[in-house]
Amino acid sequence: MQFRMMRIPIETFRLQNGLFVSLSEDHTAPIVAVNLWYHVGSANEPPGRTGFAHLFEHMLFQGSADVQANEHFELVQRAGGTLNGSTWLERTNYFETLPSNQLELALWLEANRMGALLPAMTQQKLDTQRDVVKNERRWSMDNQPYGSWLEKLPALCFPADHPFHHSLMGSMEDLTAASLEDVGQFFATFYTPDNAVLSIAGDFDPNEARRLIERHFGPIPRGGRKPALPDMSLPTVFGQWKREVVPDDVMLPRLFLAFRSPAFGTQAYYPASVCGAILGLRNGSRLKRRLVREREVAADTTAFTFDLAKGSDLLVVDVTARPGVPAEQLEQEVAFEIDALVRDGVSDAEVERAVALIQTMFVSSMQEAGERADKLSLFATYFGDPNRLNEEVDRYRAVTTEQVNGFIRERLGENNRASLVYVAREDAPGELVGSGAALEAR
Amino acid sequence: MTTVPAVPRTPRPVPGSPREYHFPRFERRTLANDMRLVVAHVPKLPLATVVVLIDAGAVCDAEGAEGTAQLTAKMLLEGTESLDGAELAEQFERLGASIDSNADWDAAAVTMTTLVEHLSDAFDLLRDVLLQPAFRVREIERLKAERLAELLQMRAEPRGLADELFTKILYTPESRYARLEDGDEGSVESIDRQAIVDFYRARYVAGGTTVVVAGDVTADRAEELVSRAFGKWEGRPAERVAADTRPARRDRAVHLVVKPDAPQSELRIGQVGIPRNHPDFFPVNVMNALLGGLFNSRINLNLREEHAYTYGAFSGFEWRRQAGPFMIHTAVKSDITDAAARETLHEVDRIRSEAVTPDELSLATSYLTGVFPIRFETTTAIAAALSVLALHGLPEDYYDRYRDNVASITSEKVLTAAQRYLDPSAFQMLVVGDPTIVRGPLEAMRFGPIILYDAQGKPL
Repeated sequence: MQFRMMRIPIETFRLQNGLFVSLSEDHTAPIVAVNLWYHVGSANEPPGRTGFAHLFEHMLFQGSADVQANEHFELVQRAGGTLNGSTWLERTNYFETLPSNQLELALWLEANRMGALLPAMTQQKLDTQRDVVKNERRWSMDNQPYGSWLEKLPALCFPADHPFHHSLMGSMEDLTAASLEDVGQFFATFYTPDNAVLSIAGDFDPNEARRLIERHFGPIPRGGRKPALPDMSLPTVFGQWKREVVPDDVMLPRLFLAFRSPAFGTQAYYPASVCGAILGLRNGSRLKRRLVREREVAADTTAFTFDLAKGSDLLVVDVTARPGVPAEQLEQEVAFEIDALVRDGVSDAEVERAVALIQTMFVSSMQEAGERADKLSLFATYFGDPNRLNEEVDRYRAVTTEQVNGFIRERLGENNRASLVYVAREDAPGELVGSGAALEAR
Repeated sequence: MTTVPAVPRTPRPVPGSPREYHFPRFERRTLANDMRLVVAHVPKLPLATVVVLIDAGAVCDAEGAEGTAQLTAKMLLEGTESLDGAELAEQFERLGASIDSNADWDAAAVTMTTLVEHLSDAFDLLRDVLLQPAFRVREIERLKAERLAELLQMRAEPRGLADELFTKILYTPESRYARLEDGDEGSVESIDRQAIVDFYRARYVAGGTTVVVAGDVTADRAEELVSRAFGKWEGRPAERVAADTRPARRDRAVHLVVKPDAPQSELRIGQVGIPRNHPDFFPVNVMNALLGGLFNSRINLNLREEHAYTYGAFSGFEWRRQAGPFMIHTAVKSDITDAAARETLHEVDRIRSEAVTPDELSLATSYLTGVFPIRFETTTAIAAALSVLALHGLPEDYYDRYRDNVASITSEKVLTAAQRYLDPSAFQMLVVGDPTIVRGPLEAMRFGPIILYDAQGKPL
């Protein structure tokens, strides 16, 4: 049997006010997904304003001119829909999946908060959500073993003045200092139709959808000039082996070993992504086999990329020690495997395994309207080209063993590693704590 | 308020009529060896998910050997007579197939998703996984060590610790439910190869197994694949095991698990719930949605949006063959632990004392009916839904009647369900937190006696 190539139908257009729209029809179930990406993330936050992009993810559910606080959630759930939002370094997204007869509700809600959020914003809502965010921080970072890694790793890997350096969730101080005025300014600057893309996937009539989009989003004025991000480009390697040791309330040491890698979506990204899958995707991966199965020094391993599209990305290997294995040994064992990789490269079979898994995962994810809409938004936001969605599998299948080995030789050497090592508080060797790059990170 | 220019607004839309939807059609067959087969032909994408469901869940663990069911399920993917664990993983993954095995309270399940072009090859591997596991000692010892690592991690992770210990303190010590699902340090240590082989021989039998196939596969093709792979498998079903669901105590108590310097308290409140196939499943489900199941539920709106005590607060019934826990869970800043508990209990009292308004009721019923098609977009989700049918013996037309059943729930039925299945006088409260901050205020609440525990769950 031949693998039937999947082609997702995609049509695109742009409104006068700059809003870019992708539509993808599929009538197998009466479901429609609406997905909006704003091209603003923590990277766009000026100094002293950290955490604003994420705070907005909360504020956007606090109502707009015609929607009461929390009514957004209520209206979507009452309609039988699911919804959420998320914040990342480069973007913020908002999404709903609903019964297809409720398409207009989602469009209206998104348009109402894009065009008319500020009239509904009050000091009290801001105060409440600021407290909710502080609780989120305690919950996801402070009271969670290893929870600070997502803040500490970018801080270790990007220079202090780089937009990816600072915390996504922001500092408590900046959040406390945020005035209604500051917050309103941030919204007016970035949450505009010309800084957003809208994607719809599922059961809808394209002409009708177009009409509804024009109707609800058309009247929203284009935004003003946005402060440009500084040059995000960085040398291909760190130029050293960076290191930070974090004493934490943990039972087992855990190492996040990061490599600076090619920006998401570039030609060079795909071999890097395949390398990550060879190292850490599922049970047959190299690190599972060597560190968990054969040498029995790790309890678990995985590898992933941050998928950053500007300047450079990070490939991260994440390894948790087996009980009794100290942090130094864990780091040595992982380094030994990475050194072996640099020396000997990967085999054709390893590349085939990784690509086969990635392909199945991709096809599998395309079953969901929400996932199709999200990927359309992703490729539209970063590359202005949602049709890249239909090229993904081919781009992975085109990756050769030689390309993966080229990436490994260039990027996995000792001059391009950053170790973030978690150790139990009582095990923290005094002279390591706060040394080297750790100081830079504070 | 910030000064802003006049903003463009459009009127609130009115929805059109919904398009019809039905749960994917499926067929049930029984093979000559008594193995059951359930197939949903869903040809949207060239994919298939296969679930092999075996009556070998954690409730079958012998006393003192808790964790045997999970270790046995995990060991299926750690090598067959002809392939070692690494080779086996590689063979599946070179086909692009994802495969996992796991035992929960009620059953063991091997779940595989693959492109249909590789389904036949993947079934050949799946046959060996189920019929010829090698149970090599080295891999057993490694998995045991990994479970010990997991336990160490759990003891340091307040969220997981609270969930596990809450179940443990709820049930009578004689109950399997009062011991960790995957076993603790002592029980896991005691399990040897013979115990796993014996468990496998007793429980992994054709007669106690259901294979669910969902995806781009016809029922005939699925039967052909399953018969070829498992036709020679034999065995009559082993005796069904039922967990003891008596509660540990009749009176209320605060179970305080000591975590010095915790910046937040993990708070759990609840009691023994009801089994999955209970006739009042629908009213209970709707009642819970309103109490704490939805984002706009009473508990979340109160604790998060009104008081900003938390990032989120929810309630839920854990559905098992026997009565699983009902649990309200949240994480709150340490110094308002008592206030959060008080507000939570207030919401329970409120839903038990006055009927919800029609408007509030419809939030839950219209959500549960409307979201129904969205729950079954993937082959994995459809296979899981069919597994629930098989596992709990729900009727063939369960999913076809689901939305009507939800829509038939009235405010009175919600009130009755709340009064009948929520009993605050029997509630247990568990807090993982800093006793120097939370103990005094919790005592002042007079909820019940305070019992202190260490992270192992041992009373101090």
